Amino acid sequence: MGASETLPMTATGEINAAIIPDLRRKRMERRSFLDTLFTLGLWGIAAIGAIPLFSVLYMLITKGGARLSLDLFTQLPPAGFMQGGGFGNAIVGTIVMVGVACVIAVPLGICGGVLTGAMAPKSKTAKVVRFIGKVMSGFPSILAGVFTYAWLVVGLKTYSALAGGVALSILMLPIVLLTAEQAVAMVPKRMKDAAYGMGCTHTQVILKVVLPASLPSILTGIMLGIARAAGESAPLLFTALFSNYWMRGLMEPTASLSILIYNFSGMPFPNQIELAWAASLVLVLIVFTFNILSRILGRPKY
Amino acid sequence: MKNNMTKTTPLDAMEQTTGVPTEENQIAIDANIEAIYYGKFRAVRQSHVPIRKGEITGFIGPSGCGKSTVLRSLNRMNDLIPTFKMKGHVHFMGQDIYDPAIDPVVVRRHIGMVFQQPNPFAMSIYDNVAFGLKINRFKGDVNQRVEEALREAALWDEVKDKLHSSGLALSGGQQQRLCIARAIAPNPTVLLMDEPCSALDPIATRKVEKLMHELKKHYTVAIVTHNMQQAQRVADTTAFFSVDISDGERCGYLVEMGKTEELFEDPKQELTRKYIRGEFS
Repeated sequence: MGASETLPMTATGEINAAIIPDLRRKRMERRSFLDTLFTLGLWGIAAIGAIPLFSVLYMLITKGGARLSLDLFTQLPPAGFMQGGGFGNAIVGTIVMVGVACVIAVPLGICGGVLTGAMAPKSKTAKVVRFIGKVMSGFPSILAGVFTYAWLVVGLKTYSALAGGVALSILMLPIVLLTAEQAVAMVPKRMKDAAYGMGCTHTQVILKVVLPASLPSILTGIMLGIARAAGESAPLLFTALFSNYWMRGLMEPTASLSILIYNFSGMPFPNQIELAWAASLVLVLIVFTFNILSRILGRPKY
Repeated sequence: MKNNMTKTTPLDAMEQTTGVPTEENQIAIDANIEAIYYGKFRAVRQSHVPIRKGEITGFIGPSGCGKSTVLRSLNRMNDLIPTFKMKGHVHFMGQDIYDPAIDPVVVRRHIGMVFQQPNPFAMSIYDNVAFGLKINRFKGDVNQRVEEALREAALWDEVKDKLHSSGLALSGGQQQRLCIARAIAPNPTVLLMDEPCSALDPIATRKVEKLMHELKKHYTVAIVTHNMQQAQRVADTTAFFSVDISDGERCGYLVEMGKTEELFEDPKQELTRKYIRGEFS
């Protein structure tokens, strides 16, 4: 088995070019067999890894899909024994709070990423920023809530969408920052050299060459951040709280899909439990939609 | 070193403001390098490299001889390397570009650069060429200038119907000519080319070389090349650099500089003769 079958060798072990080698595929030969085994193994492991993902999606669609209707988006959450209802206010609340988080985390994250990835990757500031970013990415989400509670909710004396957004931005910032850093650092040096060679200032190189080239990857990072923020409930528990009514401003307790899921899934009423499933499905669909949109918008043009 | 050169040029080109065509004001860039350091490492020692106006000056020499370093110090591209340190003066249009009052960004707008690897931006062909015009707030007709630059770079006929498709979709040779068009669009005085053909096939190389002969009508060109035949084909003046490893460290320097035919047929230095004969590389 092995090499002796594939190389044209004489009985003494010398390679002899005069012998016509057998080039046919031999499936049971050791190398070939191991190769097939290994490939199949990898496919199998990938399939096992995908099972949880698809089973969650399947469960969401079967359990939440039945309640999917326009009412979910236009009606308010029902009380105790009531039938029907929806969670329009929670959808709005989640979108607004994730929006607030984006307004804070996206500019800060991109600026931080540009600093650590392109402007001064080796500077002390960059090292500190990178370190903080990595520490923050492992920050327990409940602590983001507690921190914002202590500063904003206590300070402003009210639970609010603003406080919820700030708490979510704490979780979003490191994701945006670290992916932006990677994206910016990946821009080939020769492209930057070309821009410097044309007489671009540092700012022009960053704005006209580095950022456009890294935009798709930065958008991916923002989407990851949004997906994380939209799904979080812990930071919102002490900051945005919940509300059964439509939101009228940023400075009042606000409903969110994640808290609604948390509240309703624990209730003894079948209607609320169904709504919790539907809300889960809607949450996934919202994140999915944003993801696809960002990919279309951020597709490299050239 | 200076006595090895076929012509002498005054150290100080500051006085070249008179309109009389003297020997001094035939010089576009007068580089008087005392030493170039990367950190503690001395990469180039004393070398006087005058680049003559309206000519192509070729830099040849073995690897590590500092020819690219010298070229890149002519438009302060080396300033992007944090450890780079230059001792000496480079005079351009009567000003020392290493004077602390000089803005390297502005220097690079007048002394353009073409790199070893074709490096178009991830933009359309048109936007690539218009890039330099935009950053310079060009007031004239951008479309016209883009066309002119592409014609000067001998690329217009090949791309005129697809100006708005990606610059990255062109072949390597076309990309390099696009980079040349991009570099000349803002109308620089001098064009520096750092081994512009080393990533190209022979046919694309010939096209770029032919183009260089056209370019020198409008621009002063300095080109680093690994290829001695290329220097003979394109350069009016050739500078031969070598590495000195005698005192334990590798240090590049200018051995000899002169008219290309003279340098190749009758080099003044034994080292040049050996290099041209191919006895070392």
